[in-house]
Amino acid sequence: MIGGFLGVGTPERIIDEIVRQNRHDLTVIANDTATLDKGIGKLVRAKLLRKAIVSHIGLNAETQRQMMAGELEVELVPQGTLIERIRAGGYGLGGVLTQTGIGTSVEAGKQRVEVGGKPYLLEVALRADFALVQAFIADYLGNLGYALTGRNFNPVIAMAAETVIVSADNIVPVGVISPDHVVTPAPIVD
Amino acid sequence: MEQPHTIIARRIAKELSPGMLVNLGIGIPTRVANFVPAGMNVFFQSENGLIGTGSIPEEGMAHPALTDAAGHPVMALPGASTFDSAISFGLIRGGHLDLTVLGALQVDQSGRLANWTIPNKMVPGMGGAMDLVSGAKRVIVATQHAAKGASKIVKKCTLPITSTRPVDLVVTELAVIAFRDDRAILLETGPGISVAQVVAATDAELVMPNNIPEMSL
Repeated sequence: MIGGFLGVGTPERIIDEIVRQNRHDLTVIANDTATLDKGIGKLVRAKLLRKAIVSHIGLNAETQRQMMAGELEVELVPQGTLIERIRAGGYGLGGVLTQTGIGTSVEAGKQRVEVGGKPYLLEVALRADFALVQAFIADYLGNLGYALTGRNFNPVIAMAAETVIVSADNIVPVGVISPDHVVTPAPIVD
Repeated sequence: MEQPHTIIARRIAKELSPGMLVNLGIGIPTRVANFVPAGMNVFFQSENGLIGTGSIPEEGMAHPALTDAAGHPVMALPGASTFDSAISFGLIRGGHLDLTVLGALQVDQSGRLANWTIPNKMVPGMGGAMDLVSGAKRVIVATQHAAKGASKIVKKCTLPITSTRPVDLVVTELAVIAFRDDRAILLETGPGISVAQVVAATDAELVMPNNIPEMSL
């Protein structure tokens, strides 16, 4: 799982290192594949991805080309459903019930559950081996804070992976971030 | 004669009222923000996790971590708030969004919207569109009436639909159309446009009330 929305809030230095090490055959779960030269787009350009589970690929022509050519498997998930599946994975839940996608192509292969007379799709939890997180600020213990629209998927994916690797704009001594301002608690971060 | 997208944006801005939480999609919908009456406080949400989306910053004033849902740098208005994607879509799916304005590939006479893919030709992904149409209290479609000479207001969507929830209003440069009981109702015509012109330009069947005024902009 990789944080970021069109590259904003994506840990670029970690991405660059993955490209440098040529780690291929990866499955990425993220909001999108950014653009050709930004964030996850760099992984696409370097042909390191086997599969992408994302809500949007519209701004990366290379992702669309690889998908159409059968080089990259793309699973498109509505953004609200995707973030909830990740949250469920991090919060120990089997899945979530959502009305989004009912009666559309998104429903294919999924169970419908009725609650209070209303139909919902059962969307199962998602977990990952790694979460690559971009934080604005991290203290020496690993308490994290985020900035502005760089937050997006980051706090949620931080809960849903076995190993959490964080890149932070600012690394500060313990005590600089007050308890009330910690968004991701230190024990979550590896 | 004003440009189509200006007519559309100006007319949709009339649907805003003070204190509303509003989401504007990319394209024509973003222009609605330009026509909010002076002094009216409307909260614009960007799905990437911001309420209080402002206008484009001056050269040098952009922050790399402050963008809209299209990835463009924006300013944040006083009183803005930022939050993660789970909260953002909680607002959207949970019925807290008063209004969403988005574009269309097709809208059919039942009010069903198709706006996220042309299979095998254009597959950008649905992003937040399905959640927005399913979850917002009110859904307004902003679109030009036709694309490549073909009416976008069709009898039945042939493209994959975005949601089974019917939209509330479609605003084009030629017409304002509402939907009720699986029928499309012509409420207003565009500036200088006759009812006959709208009917000629529209593939879908339109119900015609006795009084169909021109848009008042």
